[in-house]
Amino acid sequence: MDERLLSIIIDSFPKILVPGLLVTLPLTAIAFAFAMAIAVAAALVQFARVPVATQLCRFYIWIFRGTPLLVQLFVVFYGLPRAGLTLDPFPAAVIVFSLNEGAYCAETVRAALEAVPAGQLEAGYCAGMSYLQTMRRIILPQAMRTAFPSLSNSLIAMVKDTSLASNITVVEMFRATEQINATVYEPLALYIEVGLVYLLFSTALTWLQGVGERRLGAYQGKGG
Amino acid sequence: MLEVRNIRKSFGGLEVLKGVDLTVSRGDVAVILGPSGSGKTTLLRCVNFLEPADSGTLVFDGEEFQLGHVSRKDAARLRKKTAFVFQNYNLFLNKTALQNVTEGLIVARKMPRAQAEELGRRALDRVGLSGRMGHYPSQLSGGQQQRVAIARAVATDPEIIYFDEPTSALDPELTGEVLAVMRRLAEDGMTMLVVTHELGFARTVATRAVFMEDGAVVEAGPARQLFENPGQARTRAFLQTGGPSA
Repeated sequence: MDERLLSIIIDSFPKILVPGLLVTLPLTAIAFAFAMAIAVAAALVQFARVPVATQLCRFYIWIFRGTPLLVQLFVVFYGLPRAGLTLDPFPAAVIVFSLNEGAYCAETVRAALEAVPAGQLEAGYCAGMSYLQTMRRIILPQAMRTAFPSLSNSLIAMVKDTSLASNITVVEMFRATEQINATVYEPLALYIEVGLVYLLFSTALTWLQGVGERRLGAYQGKGG
Repeated sequence: MLEVRNIRKSFGGLEVLKGVDLTVSRGDVAVILGPSGSGKTTLLRCVNFLEPADSGTLVFDGEEFQLGHVSRKDAARLRKKTAFVFQNYNLFLNKTALQNVTEGLIVARKMPRAQAEELGRRALDRVGLSGRMGHYPSQLSGGQQQRVAIARAVATDPEIIYFDEPTSALDPELTGEVLAVMRRLAEDGMTMLVVTHELGFARTVATRAVFMEDGAVVEAGPARQLFENPGQARTRAFLQTGGPSA
């Protein structure tokens, strides 16, 4: 490896990592937090079979699972200004990633809720608890434990998907890499480098998932 | 204290309860016997509103309810005066033994935590599980889980405890420890309504007995009379074969 290439790789590393820490990770964290709120709400509504709201949830999930993420980003960022709604790149990305991820995670949480034995709700009733009390204290915690590995998976996928936000001018890790490449033109080295940083992030999250599962696993008699 | 009149329930086209009457007085240990599919469990579930009955009247503590339309509020209020022990225990899987007992006290009855935990410890001690307070259901045997379930029922100081085949999911060794706990409860004067296949337990503990078949009561009366001198040939036959568990 020649000296020029080596110095490009070394010089570019902080220029890639910093947008990763300051944009990619916050975008992921904020959007995932919103996605979780959406997912739990949509799952609970469907689980309780609330009329009308259940149909609205199905419609929302149908739209966001049925169209490409990239198209959704373009509609919101480049399209909505035509309808009078102009958003900055970062908020636009947060909105799209939240709604997209929320649709997938809603299905995960709903399936996990359905998997909690029916007797748990009955036991809550018989202990004098209301539906909402039983959902909050008994059913939902168990469902979230079941859903945890799948949700972690979604989170890890999302870290990588945020690279699509580069298409709507969010200067996250991948767009930062592209900008460096535009000046020095070392695509092979630079794209592998950014790939490795994504791998680093994913690996850290996978490790966190393991820690989380062990802690949540206490009641299932698998440690803790 | 509990009276059910003419309760009816169908699942689809199948009539499971064909107008059943039932009376339980304070201090009674009433057992409901009968072959599988006779509607015993459905009756118990309807009485605690886990299944909505189609029609019938329920009188609890002098208060009358039309079973066809009981409001959610009334159901919740009544359930706070009762407790239910399930065949499959149905302990809260994400809660420890102690939390299982205190949950209904703290959340539903707004009891201060310290007081609830004191009651919880006493209830677990009463079923012989003071050493298992911090264990999760997955770390307990079936018999221990059912004893926690009984402690959970007792802790709320209910006016009546409903038992739905509390030993049917247990192997014989574990059945004994659960029945022993129930026997002690009966001696302490707890009012109990028990669906069971344990004829030995029923014979020795029950004060009242009801024999059901095909969604209807065949015979009901004081336990001693029903066991020793059944009026119906069908009851006699059932008792002689020892029921389905023998």
